[in-house]
Amino acid sequence: MNIVFEKRLSRSRRAAVLVPIISFILALLFGSLILLAFGVNPLEAYRVMAVGSLGSQYALTETLVKAIPLMLTGLSVSIAFRMLFWNIGAEGQLAMGGIAATYVALFLSDSLPGALTIPTMVLLGMLAGAIWGLIPALLKAFIGVNEILTTLMMNYIAILMVEYLYLGPWRDPDGYGFPGTAPFPPEAILPRLVGRVHLGIIFAIIAAFIVWFVLSRSRWGYEIRVIGENQRAARYTGINIGKNILLVMLLSGGLAGLAGMAEVSGIARRLYQGLTVGYGYTAIIVAWMANLNPWAVLFVGFFMAALLVGGDQIQIALQTPAAVALVLQGAILFFVLGGWIFVNYRIRLLRPSEPAAADELS
Amino acid sequence: MSESQTISAVEMRGITKRFPGVVANRDVDLTVTPGHIHALLGENGAGKSTLMNVLAGLYQAEEGFILLNGNRVRFNSPRDAIDHGIGMVHQHFMLVESLTVAENVILGQRPARFVIDHERVEEQVRELSKRYHLNVDPKAFIWQLSVGEQQRVEILKLLYRGADMLILDEPTAVLTPQESQELANILRQMTAEGKAIIFITHKLDEVMRFSDWVTVLRGGEVVATPKTSETTKSELARLMVGREVLFRLEKEPCQKGPDVLVVEGVRALNDKGLPALKGMSFSIRSGEILGVAGVAGNGQREIAEVITGLRPVTGGSIYVNDVEITNCTPRQAIETGVSHIPGDRLGVGLVPNLPVSDNLAMKAYRRPPLASGPLLNYEALRNFARNLVKGFNITTPSIQTDTRLLSGGNQQKVVLAREIDASSGMLVAVHPSRGLDVGATEAVRKTLLEQRDNGAAILLISEELDELMQLSDHIAVFYEGEIMGIVDDEEADTEELGLMMAGEKRISQTPSIEDDGRPR
Repeated sequence: MNIVFEKRLSRSRRAAVLVPIISFILALLFGSLILLAFGVNPLEAYRVMAVGSLGSQYALTETLVKAIPLMLTGLSVSIAFRMLFWNIGAEGQLAMGGIAATYVALFLSDSLPGALTIPTMVLLGMLAGAIWGLIPALLKAFIGVNEILTTLMMNYIAILMVEYLYLGPWRDPDGYGFPGTAPFPPEAILPRLVGRVHLGIIFAIIAAFIVWFVLSRSRWGYEIRVIGENQRAARYTGINIGKNILLVMLLSGGLAGLAGMAEVSGIARRLYQGLTVGYGYTAIIVAWMANLNPWAVLFVGFFMAALLVGGDQIQIALQTPAAVALVLQGAILFFVLGGWIFVNYRIRLLRPSEPAAADELS
Repeated sequence: MSESQTISAVEMRGITKRFPGVVANRDVDLTVTPGHIHALLGENGAGKSTLMNVLAGLYQAEEGFILLNGNRVRFNSPRDAIDHGIGMVHQHFMLVESLTVAENVILGQRPARFVIDHERVEEQVRELSKRYHLNVDPKAFIWQLSVGEQQRVEILKLLYRGADMLILDEPTAVLTPQESQELANILRQMTAEGKAIIFITHKLDEVMRFSDWVTVLRGGEVVATPKTSETTKSELARLMVGREVLFRLEKEPCQKGPDVLVVEGVRALNDKGLPALKGMSFSIRSGEILGVAGVAGNGQREIAEVITGLRPVTGGSIYVNDVEITNCTPRQAIETGVSHIPGDRLGVGLVPNLPVSDNLAMKAYRRPPLASGPLLNYEALRNFARNLVKGFNITTPSIQTDTRLLSGGNQQKVVLAREIDASSGMLVAVHPSRGLDVGATEAVRKTLLEQRDNGAAILLISEELDELMQLSDHIAVFYEGEIMGIVDDEEADTEELGLMMAGEKRISQTPSIEDDGRPR
């Protein structure tokens, strides 16, 4: 008897639903072993995680707070990935968005009408992220520099620039030496909806709509699709690939910049160390788990946020080492992403005498 | 060399090999004996290569078995097969370009020794090449060799490993007629020494000239195994296709109009930065098909790319309908009315993972009614696609089906439909029928002739002399980036074209290039 691993003729819808669920259950079983090794009751740990991230209004809003930057950066990288431009730089683009928004809040808000402060922050935040994304795009489009390296390296520059600003020239003079800028004036703070959930959630939903609309309704989206699936065919059919790289990275960087703006203006209300905690990297996982679908990015972003918040909860409530939560998160991602292959492939047991499925099809 | 016993007979019995969704071979029997050249004939997709990959150990059959000298054997890898004396030369050579002939020959040999005795290996290779008239210098690097020579290295590799039975997968596809003849002589020499040869092909001429026996495959099954001397070309064609085949298409006499394409002294580099076009001039009139013959890699690809804006020229100029398009972008070429059927269908001409409708729209999506401002009207796009599917008889489950799931013939029809729809008088067709079965080939060729009769100027690049002679009004022969001559359709004969393709003969340009009517 042979075991055959073969590609499905078409994507199985049933598998697309079942596989992630089964993967998730397997991940929980696997996580149980680790929790048991630390002397923690797995059922208790999972209950704490679920309650801590979803079980109360407070928990839910905190999860949403973390979901906002994941959704925006997730959308940012997914549109770039659609045309196989590997933007690993959402983190840096987010940081630049935060810096630009902070500049408006600290230095321009006095001279702006109050109602224009937030729009200006949004605009300049997006512009700063877009420009940060444009630099690797120019290098790629005109001299073919590998964007994975440039976007990644641009992250370090941006992150260190944030650090330089809040520790140096922009440090709060009345801050008793704590690292961070002065708090923003009230007109530079994003309104909150429930708990700490701010207007950024609306930004994320609008952004998802725009990305969806571009991809599925516009000629530009059609070009992105063709480039993403076959760059040589795109060139042959007269699509200007360089121009599309620049445009897509403007949008991608802009969305990440918006995430940075929303973080400083909606949560911290100042520029400080906690801005760059890796949302831009987690966004890559979000984008892949969502299969680059903008609406799915919103859901996966929320799911990832719940994992992060829940992980914090078991750390606090059960006194487990911080690494245990990370291992659990890793296990869940590993199983869910790894299981995805069974949507496109299947395992078949083959007995030499048994008529194979191929006969029915031929 | 090898300890394998001499082969007295290889028998495949009841071989069935499946892939997801297809049965590539069904209950196939095949017997091959030493001293003979056995042709395996069939259309593309008939299961020839699959069957031979089973024999060479690359695939394992689900059913059936292989008998070697009457004993059942099982090959789990090509290594198993070669240890039993069976080796295969694949269509795409498996050579390391940066190594020498001798190094390639011993590559992967067991036992691998730490120190290689180069001189001894070179001597052995030299001996083998002498014995079988396989002329190659063992010290030469692969990249220095012509395609024909590389093929000989592949054969040497197998002989060095002690192969008694050689399988060659479409060996003449890359050769000039002269090189093919040489190969035939080499194969004869090998059968005289008691080797068995299996020769995969879909060319009837070669079967008749080269082989002693022929097995015809159709749809994965054996339809007949006659002795070559007891059959005829037309009988084989009928067996292969399952019906009578028209060998000539009806062709109206050429109604020449004004010049559509004018190429003057064009020079261009290839991907490696070496001169690929060395000052080429020709013109094509409305209602005329200019065929381009030549062995692959003599500038055919480059001339197509230069005209369609995909490759810059380093000199000369190109006009379409009196508009200069020298060094234009692909988009400008498209807008000037140049359509292009690329040689690499799946790599360039199509986006295999997108639906048929998206692929059909790849040129029309910029214009209304498909485009409405910056948006795409998907309703109009679907209608447009449905019309083309109907108009060009494309067989597809639906216009939403991913294009990679279509058969090769239908994929090519998608390209043709799109390009002809977008065309305004100039068509560059590169290997339009490559890899297609006889039915689809006929459809493609008929479509091209229709376009010509409607006044299109067509540049037809092909490796099939048959196709060129059938369709073209004139044939230009390319050799190393130059035109060796342009001959008239009626005057063309294979022998002469072959000599020109090999660069052995150059003729002055025929009156097809007249000086009148050229744009200045």
